[in-house]
Amino acid sequence: MSTQLRPAPATTPPAPGGTGPRGTGRPSRGRWHALRTYQPSGRFLPILATLALFLGMLQVGGLRYEGFTSSQVILNLLTDNAFLVVLAVGMTFVILTGGIDLSVGSVVALSTMVAAWTLQDGWSPVAAIVATLTVGTVLGLLTGMVIHFFDVQPFIATLAGMFLARGLCYLISVESIPIRDDTFFFLASEPIAIALAPWQGGVVIGLLALGMVAAVVKRAALRSALLPVLVGLGVGMWVTLLLMGDPELTTTYSVVIALATVAVAILVLHRTRFGRTVYAIGGSEASALLMGLRVGFVKVAVYAVSGFCASLGGLLFAFYMLSGYSLHAVGMELDAIAAVVIGGTLLAGGRGLVVGSLLGVLVLGTIQTFISFDGTLSSWWTKIVIGALVLLFVVMQRVLTRRQS
Amino acid sequence: MTHLDSAEPVVSMQDISITFGAVTALDGVSVRLFPGEVHALMGENGAGKSTLIKALTGVYAVDGGTVTVQGRRLSFSSPAAAQEAGISTVYQEVNLCTNLTVAENMMLGREPRFLGAINTRAMNRRARATLERLGLDVDPASTLGDHPIAIQQLVAIARAVDVDAKVLILDEPTSSLDADEVEKLFAVMRRLRSEGTAIVFVSHFLDQIFEISDRMTILRNGRLVGERMTADLTQLELVQLMIGRDLEVLEKLERELGEEGSTVVDETPVLRAVGLGRKGSLLATDLEVRPGEVVGLAGLLGSGRTELARLLFGADASDTGTLEVAGRRAKLRAPRQAIDRKVAFLSENRRSEGVIADLSVADNMLLALQATRGWLRPIPSATRKKLVDEYIEALDIRPADPDALMRNLSGGNQQKVLLARWLITEPDLLILDEPTRGIDVGAKAQIQQLVADLARRGLGVVFISAELEEVLRLSDRVVTMRDRRKIDERTNVDVAVGDVLEIIAGDARAEEVGARA
Repeated sequence: MSTQLRPAPATTPPAPGGTGPRGTGRPSRGRWHALRTYQPSGRFLPILATLALFLGMLQVGGLRYEGFTSSQVILNLLTDNAFLVVLAVGMTFVILTGGIDLSVGSVVALSTMVAAWTLQDGWSPVAAIVATLTVGTVLGLLTGMVIHFFDVQPFIATLAGMFLARGLCYLISVESIPIRDDTFFFLASEPIAIALAPWQGGVVIGLLALGMVAAVVKRAALRSALLPVLVGLGVGMWVTLLLMGDPELTTTYSVVIALATVAVAILVLHRTRFGRTVYAIGGSEASALLMGLRVGFVKVAVYAVSGFCASLGGLLFAFYMLSGYSLHAVGMELDAIAAVVIGGTLLAGGRGLVVGSLLGVLVLGTIQTFISFDGTLSSWWTKIVIGALVLLFVVMQRVLTRRQS
Repeated sequence: MTHLDSAEPVVSMQDISITFGAVTALDGVSVRLFPGEVHALMGENGAGKSTLIKALTGVYAVDGGTVTVQGRRLSFSSPAAAQEAGISTVYQEVNLCTNLTVAENMMLGREPRFLGAINTRAMNRRARATLERLGLDVDPASTLGDHPIAIQQLVAIARAVDVDAKVLILDEPTSSLDADEVEKLFAVMRRLRSEGTAIVFVSHFLDQIFEISDRMTILRNGRLVGERMTADLTQLELVQLMIGRDLEVLEKLERELGEEGSTVVDETPVLRAVGLGRKGSLLATDLEVRPGEVVGLAGLLGSGRTELARLLFGADASDTGTLEVAGRRAKLRAPRQAIDRKVAFLSENRRSEGVIADLSVADNMLLALQATRGWLRPIPSATRKKLVDEYIEALDIRPADPDALMRNLSGGNQQKVLLARWLITEPDLLILDEPTRGIDVGAKAQIQQLVADLARRGLGVVFISAELEEVLRLSDRVVTMRDRRKIDERTNVDVAVGDVLEIIAGDARAEEVGARA
């Protein structure tokens, strides 16, 4: 009945082998053209930037200070920050849904207190660990329920949780409680030898190289994931070289637990309905609801996951400090958030990878290593550099997302 | 397709009532859906179509009446429950997650799994199969947000199709598709119909309704007008049923509008732009609007219509050229400065740039006036009441309740409230960007009438619309835009739609555009 003028059919320039809607691409005009117009999916750009930053910092450190890039020093980045890795993993879940959890630092302190207190009371180490994890998870669950059922801003609800958990610490004891349990001592300091013999390392590197060749040959099937896959294999080679670098190389159980947490988190986020719903909620909560996803359940659950990770991080922190104290981990929630942001996760939710958060923690750890190696720099420089990095990454994300929309 | 009467309805909604606060959105409406039919849901904006759909899909709880699906009485507590009962929906605005891949968007909530883990490869394969069935060449592993809206819309339909739904609800699915894509969609709909799916189709395009639908249910003001077979109705009769008044009245109104010749007295223009432009959005453009004149801007989407309007209002700052408002030079850097010079702008993005959903109708209306007065000088409540009541009556806003929440109003009524917001400030120049988009025939005619009245009272109006007929009916002068610049300007005497189309299309594309229009 009416003359509707319609827009000309939207044409997006097809990106050969890239993210264009017609992913099959146009016939190749030579390798150079393919290389020049190659576009990794926007999803991976922030994390590649973080990786470049991390490796760049190591490089600079290695040039300036003797022994900075030795295998053990790099491995210690993980050993010293294992608890932060676990916290950042939990925080990633929450931030991916577009929320925030300010209570994790206090929950870490509370966890060290609960663990130390129960052990002092004569509980078995297993019972103490279970009790600690239960307290953190239940706190997170309650926070999540307040956020979901009463439609409270996550910022406010977790702020309340932050004060509550810190207050509970004092309820247990105002003094620091030392941990003298043998199991905790063992977990904290027992070295695990992880050095690879040259032939073992050779085999691993050989396999990774084969993987690279396969990826290049099958690049059409990988499309925009080609670059991330190649980079991942390259990083694998680098790690193998590190492990071959020093026959005395050791690590602790904390690192094993932290890396296992990262691995489980990756599986959950990318291979389960729960994980995909986390991303969907971050993308558009209203859409997720209309698609019939279990939005309420997942929203509550991410805070429980974060609470669980915080208490697990608290346990690792207790291993590290071998004491429970109400003033442990003050402001650590902000370190966790900074690590997640530097790792390329969008604060608005929906975009980001757990591996990024791991890298973010490593970047923070590297800054600290810089300061301890230098010896003349004040530790406040850590804060200044973290501040600058967070700002840089937030601005970068803004630019990237704006370009995409 | 009259054989349908013999069959058992797959969904039967009886005496459905829904109220929001004091507003009755649906009042005892009954609808039957039969397998293998395309059922059009017809009515003006605010008639209750969207509410009825949301009741069927479990978004809104039903206050009265029963929903029977395949002989079983059900009450849906959530969209998931409705989906489980075999009712899938594609909403007007694409309700997908742009941060996920195409395949994930199609499969979320029912991904193929192996030992509890999502099998991405199988998921992509299944998504590709479904997309191919719809004739879409889209990489399932690509991110949805990288695709244009039209593709996203088709992916939403692919999601609904993938469930093998018994009932597929398409709420305005064609509003962002071009002719080819509409054909593609119709082909899919026909196939699904022959497979026995009941399809509910909502559209403002009557041609499309008559092309694809078998049966229709007509609503008006939240009440059921009747159920008809499409073949038994003409478009005229349908419009009459929808708006509930004689079509002659409408036609008379339109004729009146047509007869008003251009009675523009040559005065100082309320607005004159010389060489106005902005890098990346508009090339240097001249425009003049005199008091009492309606200047229509025609052109395709993206031709620079909206960009020009935004420059005139100061919503974007211009790089080049000069602007004179009421004969005085003005350098507009912010909308505020334009408002102070009595320029008003109704944005095409009603939702994001106009409506404040959680405020009442009265608050929404008085927003601009309050802003011009400054926040330290509140409007006396007697004046507020008088103004609001006056405009509710003048613009026939329904419900006629100043305290109703904006979110509970239909699109057409929201638009009228926004128009009132600017009229209250008594502007000299009114810039209307797509004021009638997504609005039904009745409200459209009312708004057109209003624009004509305003111009007669001496306002300058810039009228932007994708509907050429509308532009030509209202304007004294027609400015045509293409490729971010003005390509033609002519006094509207016997200008036909075809003329403008030819100008827009240039030479090469004339046929293409003509065919699509």
